[in-house]
Amino acid sequence: MSAQAPTIKDLGSSLPDAIRRFTPPPRFYPVLATIALFIGMFGAGSIRYEGFSSPQTILSVLVDNSFLIVLAVGMTFVILTGGIDLSVGSVVALSTMIAASTLRSGWSAPLVIVTVLLTGSVLGLLMGLVIHYFEIQPFIVTLAGMFLARGLCYVISLESIPIKNGTFTSFASGTIEIGDYFITPSVVVALVVLVIAAVVLHMTRFGRTVYAVGGSEQSALLMGLAVAGTKVGVYVISGFCSALAGLLFSIYTLSGYNLGAVGMELDAIAAVVIGGTLLTGGSGLVLGSAVGVLVLGLIQSFISFDGTLSSWWTKITIGVLLLAFVLIQRLFTRRTT
Amino acid sequence: MRDLGLRFVRHNLFWPTLALVLLLLLNLTKTPDFFSLRVQDGHLYGSLIDILRNSAPTLLIALGMTLVIATRGIDLSVGAVAAISGAVACTYMAGSPDESTAGRAIIAMTMAVGVAVLLGVWNGFLVSVLGIQPIIATLVLMTAGRGLAMLITDGQITTVNNSLFGKVSTGFVVGLPIAILIALAVFAITAVLTRRTALGMLIEAVGINPEASRLAGVRARTITWTVYVFVAFCSGIAGLMIASNTSAADANAAGLFIELDAILAVVIGGTSLAGGRFSLTGTLIGAMFIQTLATTIPTMGIPAETNYLFKAVVVIVVCLLQSPKARAALSVRRPSSLLAKGATS
Repeated sequence: MSAQAPTIKDLGSSLPDAIRRFTPPPRFYPVLATIALFIGMFGAGSIRYEGFSSPQTILSVLVDNSFLIVLAVGMTFVILTGGIDLSVGSVVALSTMIAASTLRSGWSAPLVIVTVLLTGSVLGLLMGLVIHYFEIQPFIVTLAGMFLARGLCYVISLESIPIKNGTFTSFASGTIEIGDYFITPSVVVALVVLVIAAVVLHMTRFGRTVYAVGGSEQSALLMGLAVAGTKVGVYVISGFCSALAGLLFSIYTLSGYNLGAVGMELDAIAAVVIGGTLLTGGSGLVLGSAVGVLVLGLIQSFISFDGTLSSWWTKITIGVLLLAFVLIQRLFTRRTT
Repeated sequence: MRDLGLRFVRHNLFWPTLALVLLLLLNLTKTPDFFSLRVQDGHLYGSLIDILRNSAPTLLIALGMTLVIATRGIDLSVGAVAAISGAVACTYMAGSPDESTAGRAIIAMTMAVGVAVLLGVWNGFLVSVLGIQPIIATLVLMTAGRGLAMLITDGQITTVNNSLFGKVSTGFVVGLPIAILIALAVFAITAVLTRRTALGMLIEAVGINPEASRLAGVRARTITWTVYVFVAFCSGIAGLMIASNTSAADANAAGLFIELDAILAVVIGGTSLAGGRFSLTGTLIGAMFIQTLATTIPTMGIPAETNYLFKAVVVIVVCLLQSPKARAALSVRRPSSLLAKGATS
């Protein structure tokens, strides 16, 4: 490894040579591809549209997609173990409904936040337990979870509920200025979640077990790893992240809406795939998922900057990108196996 | 006598059928004339006919989905394919000078189903030739498909004025709604093709072990490819029914969540998501059950939107009933005592 890594002296003497010789670890290839795509898109946008090249474009993408980053982080854990969580969009909607209705009936903001996060985690826990102990496919269990959460939204209220709580509105209108540019507190929350997730995945026993279970559950079991706890744990994490994303979403929209976040699970899955995580599990980085979200967000920016492109090009582009990354993954896995 | 009863209870269609019957009877308590059918202008009307007619699109897609699931696959793109099919038909008719003639409607519908079949070829190619996981391969079209449908209709809700096209969903032949007849015809053809030829067995073989069946001389790749084309064909027809029902193509709302209902119908019918054995009759009952549930909830005075909650309960119960682990945990006493009774009688 040390022979491959360029030293600073190399870089100084012959930069092109050093770049040519530099080979990052293979596990970073997919993420690098995503980052390259993001930079390429940003460059193309900067050339085509006036004002696109401002850093605020990227920061705005972060502002508008902070909840999706949190969601994609949770989804990454699940997909790394080879599972899938279809319930996240509905859990986001349920969280906004719980937050809005409890705030309306006068609960204090901290209590509401704890309640929402607990609800999401408990839902995740239940799904994880059923998936692991009854050996039912994650797809169908989380489908049930999706129906359940959506149904509960309607039990809470048939109409959307506005949020007028002071803590929530001040959080929503708050901005953090960085030089001439700004982000919102939600972005900070999303980035903190991202960092925590990366630390958990790469520096804890739980994180290593997540990768091991995704690589081969059988082997992980034979190695004596805590497969049961890990498999259930990732759904708890995903449920928690969905609830947190729901809180961010309720702050973003300042309402609880039972038809909100329909299809958001697909955006989250698409972001994870575009971020280079293998859907069969065992390989991928949360950083990739975050960049995947940025790529999705940048497509939206393209369309709003252009003005002549219709909104449906977003969906078509996401589909095409999804296909491209799935095909690349396929080639990649075929070569290694 | 007991033996017969036991065999009845243990039949794999017993529980779905019982659930459907109970649900229908529940309706009877609220609406006493629930089962009554009346003939008006030579057409059959009644709640049961309504349920059958409204379940036709789901049933069609669920039939295709049954075969896909039997090969251990899944197709998430069916709703998008249905939307595209409706969009193609309506846009073509709305764009032609003689919009309301029967000829146009026939060309439009043929085109729509043709496009749907092409999309199925695409899905099948990704799954069977490139070897991409079915859930992801079809996710591509699920995401892009709605965009394509909007591209075709230019984001508008395209309305058409064509009597023949309208009849696909609302018309009657020999007293029965055409939608029901189409769905039942596809059901019958599928049943004959899979159960009177070796095709059904081959599909099950591919689902149980694709590699082993390939080594045994089954053309696993062709069979997998075919089922995806078939489900897209069914979705295309279902899309026409949905569009015909309102005489309009709504790229956003047409067939939304129908993939989930179709999968649910298949699962309720007793076909395992793990592939292998499948039951077309089970799927028929499953599709009817979902539609009956959707009808029952408002009848009971519960808001129709809470439908999701009941569906969630159904999914959980059905999955637990199917899971060998859950069965072992739940029914330690019951089946063994039943078996013992059966053995002594």
